[in-house]
Amino acid sequence: MPAYVIRNVRPLGGDAVDVVLDGGVVAAVGADVEAPAGAVEIDGTGHVLLPGLVDLHTHLREPGREDAETVESGTRAAAAGGFTAVHAMANTSPVADTAGVVEQVWRLGQEAGWVDVHPVGAVTVGLGGDRLAELGAMADSKARVRVFSDDGKCVHDPVLMRRALEYVKAFDGVVAQHAQEPRLTEGAQMHEGVVSAEIGLAGWPAVAEEAIIARDVLLAEHVGSRLHVCHLSTRGSVEIVRWAKARGIDVTAEVTPHHLILTDENARGYDPTFKVNPPLRTADDVEAVREGLADGTIDIVATDHAPHPLEDKDCEWAAAAFGMTGLETALSVVQAAMVDTGRMTWADVARVLSTNPARIGRIDAAHGRPIAVGEPANLVLVDPAATRVVDGAAQQTASANTPFRGRELPGRVVATFLRGRATVLDGSPVAAA
Amino acid sequence: MKHLLSAQDLTRDEAILLLDTAAQMAATQSREIKKLPTLRGRTVVNLFFEDSTRTRISFETAAKRLSADVINFSAKGSSVSKGESLKDTALTLHAMGADAVVVRHWASGAPHQLAHAGWLDAAVLNAGDGTHQHPTQALLDAFTIRRHLAGGTGDLAGLRVAIVGDVLHSRVARSNVHLLRTLGADVTLVSPPTLLPVGVETWPCATSYDLDATLADWKPDAVMMLRVQRERMSGGAGAFFPSALEYSRRYGLDHRRLAVLPDHTIVMHPGPMNRGLEISAQAADSDRSVIVEQVANGVAVRMAALYLLLAGGSSAEGTSI
Ligand SMILES: [Zn+2]
Repeated sequence: MPAYVIRNVRPLGGDAVDVVLDGGVVAAVGADVEAPAGAVEIDGTGHVLLPGLVDLHTHLREPGREDAETVESGTRAAAAGGFTAVHAMANTSPVADTAGVVEQVWRLGQEAGWVDVHPVGAVTVGLGGDRLAELGAMADSKARVRVFSDDGKCVHDPVLMRRALEYVKAFDGVVAQHAQEPRLTEGAQMHEGVVSAEIGLAGWPAVAEEAIIARDVLLAEHVGSRLHVCHLSTRGSVEIVRWAKARGIDVTAEVTPHHLILTDENARGYDPTFKVNPPLRTADDVEAVREGLADGTIDIVATDHAPHPLEDKDCEWAAAAFGMTGLETALSVVQAAMVDTGRMTWADVARVLSTNPARIGRIDAAHGRPIAVGEPANLVLVDPAATRVVDGAAQQTASANTPFRGRELPGRVVATFLRGRATVLDGSPVAAA
Repeated sequence: MKHLLSAQDLTRDEAILLLDTAAQMAATQSREIKKLPTLRGRTVVNLFFEDSTRTRISFETAAKRLSADVINFSAKGSSVSKGESLKDTALTLHAMGADAVVVRHWASGAPHQLAHAGWLDAAVLNAGDGTHQHPTQALLDAFTIRRHLAGGTGDLAGLRVAIVGDVLHSRVARSNVHLLRTLGADVTLVSPPTLLPVGVETWPCATSYDLDATLADWKPDAVMMLRVQRERMSGGAGAFFPSALEYSRRYGLDHRRLAVLPDHTIVMHPGPMNRGLEISAQAADSDRSVIVEQVANGVAVRMAALYLLLAGGSSAEGTSI
């Protein structure tokens, strides 16, 4: 593994310096640093250096749906998108509800070597919502699970949710809730509002998300637990989380890139690429989640990368699967929605896409670190001035269901480093030797 | 216009051309020989993903009276058990050289996808999709109203139409609200609050929860009763209204409500009716009822739509929509 010298680069968008990566760590940061013998020189002029991105919400689909994605293809896509760690959601087949399955996913991640894969454990057996999975066994396994989620399904039983919130305190875990009141969303196809009324698709009301978040923050307060809210999508949800934080409740929240930029108007053409759960909301909701992300009410951006094979999207809207890919467009979308609009700095981007998710997932000893001498060299080099037109077929993910197909987005990942090894160079993945 | 997907897409001029053409078609239907040679050699496929014998027969009759070759293609499949995919079906019809595809589908938007996904280059005629649109139903309703209340020509300016019942799940209501407004009529939707969609406030119409007040105070020129599906009240806690009896008490058109209507007011229903639920037998069979005539007008309107989509650009009259 060679050393790297990145010349004239702006860490977190600050003043330009040289940064040396050697021996898996950041070896030097400063003006005109001495390059170690044999070091690879990278011109970072105009580029921004960020801590490697951390995704708290990735569907890698393996085991079970290798036709959509594998750990290998999904983590390669993650590296291409600038990530150095991902949390793999539990709704695989079999479900990641035992130590055996989470260790399998963890091992596949190690073998692939593109990013650190941290499996998320299911809260309930088989995502059934009936009884707790062996959360302690997953926490104690080699995978060291700290994030538990039935994502795709909501832990809707209030007693079960309370028990889960309490139980994971023993190993500093967190329950990441997919907030969706199931009875209010039976058969739901898109956000319930003006557009659904007109185009005749069954509505997914905002209150079905907000009611669960309101309940859960009160439960978390009552039992003194920490709670993480997945893919919050409405103005009401932002307001509830803001209220909860002001009250001192230990809650964190995430928003997806697509909820920062797309709206329910995108459903009008009945293109199932825009079918996602929670659904795309209104322009007012987009404004609210942008405000919430900028003011810290929303702690992180997480992709909810949800690959699907073509046949699950090339069909009637009502028959299509929910979800869209996101790993390779997340950083560009955040740049477009938040940085280029003047709402956030690159330091803020590092906070919401690296530092905060690493802390929530309790992997902050290795990821989301400052760019300073001695720190692990988990980094991403970004060219914010570049633009590109998204081509689903050309992405690293095995699935093409990107809602940004054909759309020009700003920014390009030039290089990604995982413990000093370049997983991406010149924008292309580099397999481990 | 290459396709007929939504009544909302029609301009006033297009809608009136369709109605005028339908009137010409209807005139030919009183002749002894009803068949016209207009679409000889053209292939019309009736593609039905959802059973509807009456709509299929209406389109089939319309196409045959224009001398088109008709292929009935029943593609069963639900969101639960998928049959052949929409895409594969479309590619098959494309290979068969269909000139027009009349599609009925359980999924909202399926005709839109057929028209725009690039699978097929036939004209697509929406014969009802999910809870979205049923444009020829709206056209035949407008045609019927125009005949009775507007002298059979022009638009429907100033006429009042009450549409009563399950608006939430109704493609008929969605189609009619827009077309009637385009033609200058005023529309009031009358429905229990549970059966009005969230978002209805942006529609170009008024809404009411009170049928008696609407009939007595607003004095509609036409009252259109929507079919209420019995499954809407089964669903336990999710039922949309408490019982059939309560529904017909509050929203059914019975002889008592019939008596309140102005003398000229007509009664409509897209069929099939639930007699005794949304409409009483007396109302359905009264002199005001134009329900049977709606069926006959459906053939003329569908002839007009097929004609204008398939032959409109090249016709002797030079009509084109
Ligand atoms: Zn989810």
